[in-house]
Parts: sequence; structure tokens; C-alpha cells
Amino acid sequence: MADTVRTYLLLAWTWLRASAQYPGPLITMAVGAFAINMLDVVAIWVIFEHTPSLAGFGLAEVMFLYGTSSLSFAVSDMLFGNLDRLSQHIRTGSFDAMLIRPASAFVQMAVDRFSVHRFGRITQAVIVLAIALPRLDLPWSRAWAVPPMILCGIVIFSSLFALAGAAQFLLTDAPEVANAFTYGGSTLTQYPLSVYGRDLVRGVTFVVPLAFVNWQPALFVLDRPDPLGLPYWLRFVSPLAALTLAAVAALAWRAGVRRYRSTGS
Amino acid sequence: MITTRGDDRGSFRRRFRGGLILLYLRIAWYGFRRHSAYRSAAFAGAFTNAVFGILRAYVLIALWNARPGLAGYDLADAVTFCFLSQAFIGPMQLFGGGLELSGRVRSGDVAVDLVRPASLQLWSLADDVGRAAYLFLLRSLPPTAVGAALFGLVLPSGPAAWLSFTAGLALGVVVSFGWRYLVALSACWFMDDRGMQSLSLILTLFFSGMVLPLNLFPGWLGDLARALPWSAMVQVPADLYLGKRDILDALGFQAAWAVALLALGALATSAARRKVVIQGG
Amino acid sequence: MIEVQEVGRSFTVGRRRDRRTVHAVRDLSFTVGAGEFVGYLGPNGAGKSTTIKMLTGILAPTTGRIEVAGLDPSRRRTALARRIGVVFGQRTTLWWDLPLRDSFELIRHLYKVDRVVFRERLEELSSLLGLGDFMATPVRQLSLGQRMRGDVTAALLHDPAVLVLDEPTIGLDVVSKAAMREFLSRRNAEHGTTVLLTTHDLGDIERLCRRVMLIDHGHLAFDGTLDDLRATVPEEKSIEDVVARLYTGQATTGA
Repeated sequence: MADTVRTYLLLAWTWLRASAQYPGPLITMAVGAFAINMLDVVAIWVIFEHTPSLAGFGLAEVMFLYGTSSLSFAVSDMLFGNLDRLSQHIRTGSFDAMLIRPASAFVQMAVDRFSVHRFGRITQAVIVLAIALPRLDLPWSRAWAVPPMILCGIVIFSSLFALAGAAQFLLTDAPEVANAFTYGGSTLTQYPLSVYGRDLVRGVTFVVPLAFVNWQPALFVLDRPDPLGLPYWLRFVSPLAALTLAAVAALAWRAGVRRYRSTGS
Repeated sequence: MITTRGDDRGSFRRRFRGGLILLYLRIAWYGFRRHSAYRSAAFAGAFTNAVFGILRAYVLIALWNARPGLAGYDLADAVTFCFLSQAFIGPMQLFGGGLELSGRVRSGDVAVDLVRPASLQLWSLADDVGRAAYLFLLRSLPPTAVGAALFGLVLPSGPAAWLSFTAGLALGVVVSFGWRYLVALSACWFMDDRGMQSLSLILTLFFSGMVLPLNLFPGWLGDLARALPWSAMVQVPADLYLGKRDILDALGFQAAWAVALLALGALATSAARRKVVIQGG
Repeated sequence: MIEVQEVGRSFTVGRRRDRRTVHAVRDLSFTVGAGEFVGYLGPNGAGKSTTIKMLTGILAPTTGRIEVAGLDPSRRRTALARRIGVVFGQRTTLWWDLPLRDSFELIRHLYKVDRVVFRERLEELSSLLGLGDFMATPVRQLSLGQRMRGDVTAALLHDPAVLVLDEPTIGLDVVSKAAMREFLSRRNAEHGTTVLLTTHDLGDIERLCRRVMLIDHGHLAFDGTLDDLRATVPEEKSIEDVVARLYTGQATTGA
């Protein structure tokens, strides 16, 4: 484990140093990532130009949900987002090159071409959160739950990226399907889940645990009753949901690599 | 030099022009067929488009529940708008790219294309129209069907609406091509075209109506958005579908931007030819 | 050093209706001793790459047993990686955007090579292969010959007991090719590195390999010295013609 982290950091540092030699394109890309995500915020702002509340939640609350989801997603995208480019690496043969190295293929894949542009989105999320949080006037008795909530969100999204990567051992020529779950999950959690249909919310609570990225813990932080009337204790099971999904993702990745090495696709 | 008698020359020219049209039709057909090689990618795209359509539809439903009749749309109009905009992603390539040209500019192969006797711009347009037709079948129809099954979508009110929508869709593809062509060629002048690509992506998503219907944009922002070419890609064809806009006015707007962007593209092509062929890149 | 016993490798290709099984390698057995320099020949699609992938642990065999440097490649992939070096001529195993020097530094960390030892080895390899001029150049900007020298260096920095080379001279000009051959030959002689090399360039085989194995349609069609190989088709003068005859199956092959 410690070894894996060391390998990751080492590779990330090497990539960062290498990319620093050509800062121009990276700055453009970081600014681009920042701006493209700002469009989501503008959309929320435009919506609240027309209504004081959306599905029972006010502007600051929606921005809080957006900010927590976005920060969790941005960090996991930075750390593991490259996993969903696996099919590209398989097609060009660069995944084979990773398999001849004495290091985890997972880490090599995740960190490949690590560069500063991966920070663009994080900056955006932090700014949104920094603006939304003070407006909520949270007491410490509830605010303490915000950092663990973001952490659980990071684990959940990272697991989704790993699952998306694992799925591409099968779907080599249709990697976009995975986007529906990773980027789709990020889009879904940017709004209060009370916006969505009942079945969809049940699905992302009990099947793909996206409700535990921010929605359930946020109900605790914002001290709101669950619009769907789900049990109160669900607000505290995010860590469990995150670890379960992470375990599933680890198994799926292993199975994927094993399949790759036995089918040679 | 071909020396022929006067009347023969006319028929030669006519035949030649007919040949050109056939040539571009053939290129469009090849474009269609070339993209059919990526069938699973197209299905994957359709799946993703449908999922995002569902998520976005719920947000609009929540908004329209809070403000029924907002911006002249009723709830069903708003949901239909959302799925139409998802359906336009494939044919109009709202997330950028789609042109082989960008890759060829980056690799320098464009020099070969620029000295060919056929027009690079028309060639690319024909190819792009073929691509758009293919993606319309695979990436537009399935998400729309999903939307109709889940939420029930509005249908155009009659033959006139269907016809004007079809025309608006076609013009939207041409406007989208006109813009993407300019973006792709711009790489002849910029060392790194990723900045231009990001900028184009942001402008396209925001000002086309992809993020939210443009009639929700407040005040001057709305006026500006509705006057810019990107609105011809989503907002205008969707309004034609929903029968929310004067047909001639809408088609005229799209046609004007199509002509303007294609003319700019022609200028950019000859500038690129001068740069690449005379200065050698 | 390399032991291959009755190894088979089949692939399932096609979709649903026309799904069928292709045997890329079948019943393949051979042994390569320490310090040998073996050429591995075969026409395109004969199973060379599949064999290389199985020897390096990228691909697991369907049947049979493989041992390389004392390890089962598919089970002990990472452990094996420290004992072997691999070069793919067709594509680099270096990091495309990184300068050569950074790629090597990464390899030092990944393979846990001692800093002092690493510096000595890199100096030696660098002077032998003449890397000095382009150590700071990103891999993607290197010429094919430079890149190949970089790849070979990368494969040797951890001083592997076995070196697997998949078409290491492909696309090189005559001078680079000669230099590469000279280097590989010395490496084998001075360090006792076991080398397995696939190539389509019979010049490589003639200059380097004491032993030749020829694979065709997934099984070993010939295994012996270069002279033995010539003797299979006595009426042909050049080695190229001999091999061409073997590939097209116009000779009686004595395996």
C-alpha cells in the first residue's frame, strides 16, 4: 500500500515536472476546465433568477450541494480520472508497456500524463464552496460532517472511475458508456436529489450509492427532513457505502486485468 | 485546353457541374459509411446522451413546476426541449471535433489537402453532412425515444412544423460545420489548438441552448445569446420543432449565419493555402 | 533461463454468429539456456508476438507451462519485470512526453535501482549507445533510431538476466542497425545476458544469433544453428531464400 502510494506520487511528480516545461497549453487547459465547469454554476444562477427554490432547496443550499459534489468529483478526477481512458491505452498498446513494469498497472494508468490542468476543476469547486458555505450559517454541531462527506464523495467517485476503467476491458470500442456513470454521477449529485424521480433516487441510494456522495450527509448538515422519507440513519452510512463500492471496484479491476491477460484483446 | 464548338461547351459545363454534385454526394455517402464503422461508439454516445437527457429533464421539470409556463414553454415543451438538445449533440457535434480536418492540420497533412483540385471546404462539408446523417440515426433517435417513453414528448403540430424543423436541423448542421471548420483551420495559426477548442466548447454549449434554453437567460444576455450563431444549432431548430418561432424568420436567421460562416471559412481556407503552400507551413 | 513446455494459446475472435477459436500458438516447447542469443523467426501472424507477450507476462497461456528467470510470468508479473528487459521495436515502452533522462530516472525508482549503481550503468550505456545529445529531449521528438537506443537503455538499466527484443532493428538505417547489433552482441558476450530476439531482418540473425528458432502457424518449425537452417534447403544460397522457402512451406523442415 505505502509502496503503491509512493509509486503514484513519484510518477505524478515526474509528470508534473515534465509538463512544467510547456506551461502554455496546460494553463489554457486548466482555465478551460475551470470555465467549462463554471457554466454549471451559471446554469444554477439562471435557474434561481426565475425561482427562489428548486424542489424545496434554496440557492445557497443548491450551491453547497454543487460545491461538495464538484470538489469530490474534481479530486477523484485528478487522482483517477485517467482510468476511463483505458480503452485508448489498450488500442495503442501503451497498456502492454505498463504491464512490463514492476509496478501496479492501476497506478500507472491512473497517473499517466498527470499535469496541472487537473487542478482547474478543483479550484472552481473550492471557490463555489467557499461562497456557499458562509451563507448557510452552519453550527459546528453539523458543520463537522462536511469534510468527511467530501472524503466519502472522493472515494465513491474514484471507485466509479475504477469501475469505468474495469468496464473498458470489455467495452474496448465503446468507452463512452462509462461516462454516463462517472460524469453522469457528478451531474446527478450537483442538484438536490428531490429534483429527480422517486425510482431514480432509490436506485442511486441502494444500487449505485451516489446518494451518499453528498445528498444523505447534506440532509444532516442542512438539517432537513428526507423528502422521500428514507430512514434517518442513512445520513451516516456514507463511509460504509464508499468502502463497499471501493471493494467492488478493486475486485472488478482485478477481474478486468485478469481477463485482459487471458483474452489478449 | 479543350476546344469545342459553342453549344458543346455548354453541355460539357452542365455535365461537369452535374459531376461535381455527384462527387460531393459521393463524399457525403462515404462520410456516412465511414462513421458506420464506429457503430458501438455511436450507441455508447446515444446511451450517454439519453442518461444526461433524463438528468437534465428532471431539473427543468423542477423549475417548471415552480414556474409553470416560464419563458413561453409549458412543462412538456421544456422536457421536449431538453431531449431535443441531447439529440442535437451527435449531428451538430456540440462537444466539438467531428472533423478529420483538425487532426490533419495538427499533423501537417492539410498541406496535401489544400493543393488538391477539389475545394477543401466543400469536401469537408459533404463529409460532415454524411457524418451528421449517420449520427442522427444512431445518436439522435434513440435518446429521443427514451425521452418519449419516460416523459412523453411533444410532437410538431403539423406538416409545416415537421418540414420547417427538418430544414432547421439541416441548416443547424451547416452552421455547426461552418463554426467547427473555422476552429479546425485556426490551428494553422496557433501552435496549440487546445485553447481554441476549449473556448469553442464553452461558447457552443452555453450560447446554443445546450446548458439551458436561451429564453431563460435574463435581459441583455438573452438578447446576445439569441443573436449569436450558436443559437442556430439548438435553440432555433428546437423552437421550430415546438412551433415557438416564426418559420421564415428562424430559417432566415440560420441561413444568414450559415452563409456568413461558410464565407469566413472560404477566406480562411485561402489564407491557409497561402500560408501553408507559399510559406511552407 | 527460459523454459516453455507444451504451451498453447488460443483466442476467441469474431462476434456471436461467426465466433471461432484461433490457435495463435500450439504445443510450443523450447528451452533457452543462460547466456544464449536466440533468434526467433516467423512470418507475420505466426505467433511470435503472442509468444513474446506470454514470456513477459502480458498474456497468460491457455495451456502448458512457462518459466522465465525462474518465475511463472503470468503469475509473478511484477517480480519477473525486475529480472527481464523488454523492447518493442514497433512501439516505445518509454513515456511519450517525458525527456529521456526523466524516463530513466523513473525506471530507477520503479525498479529500485541503487542511485550509484544506476549512474554507473547509465553512463556506460549512454556512452556505448551515444545518448548524450538527446538525453533532455522528450521521447516523442526523438528519431526512430534515437528512440530505439533509449528503449534498449531503459530495458537494461536494472541489469536484467533476460532481454526480450521484439523487432529491435525495424525501420533503422544501416548505420544505426550496425551499431545496435554491435551493442547487443557485446552485451551478450560481456554481461552474459540471455537474449531472445524476433526480427524480420535476417541480417540480425546472421550477425547475432548462434541459434535460430522458426515458428510457423503457431508451432515450432525449426530449432537449431544457422548452419543447420541453411542445410534444410541446400540448393538455396542465401539465408533469405532459405527462410522464404521455409515460410512458404516448400521445404522439408527438420525440427
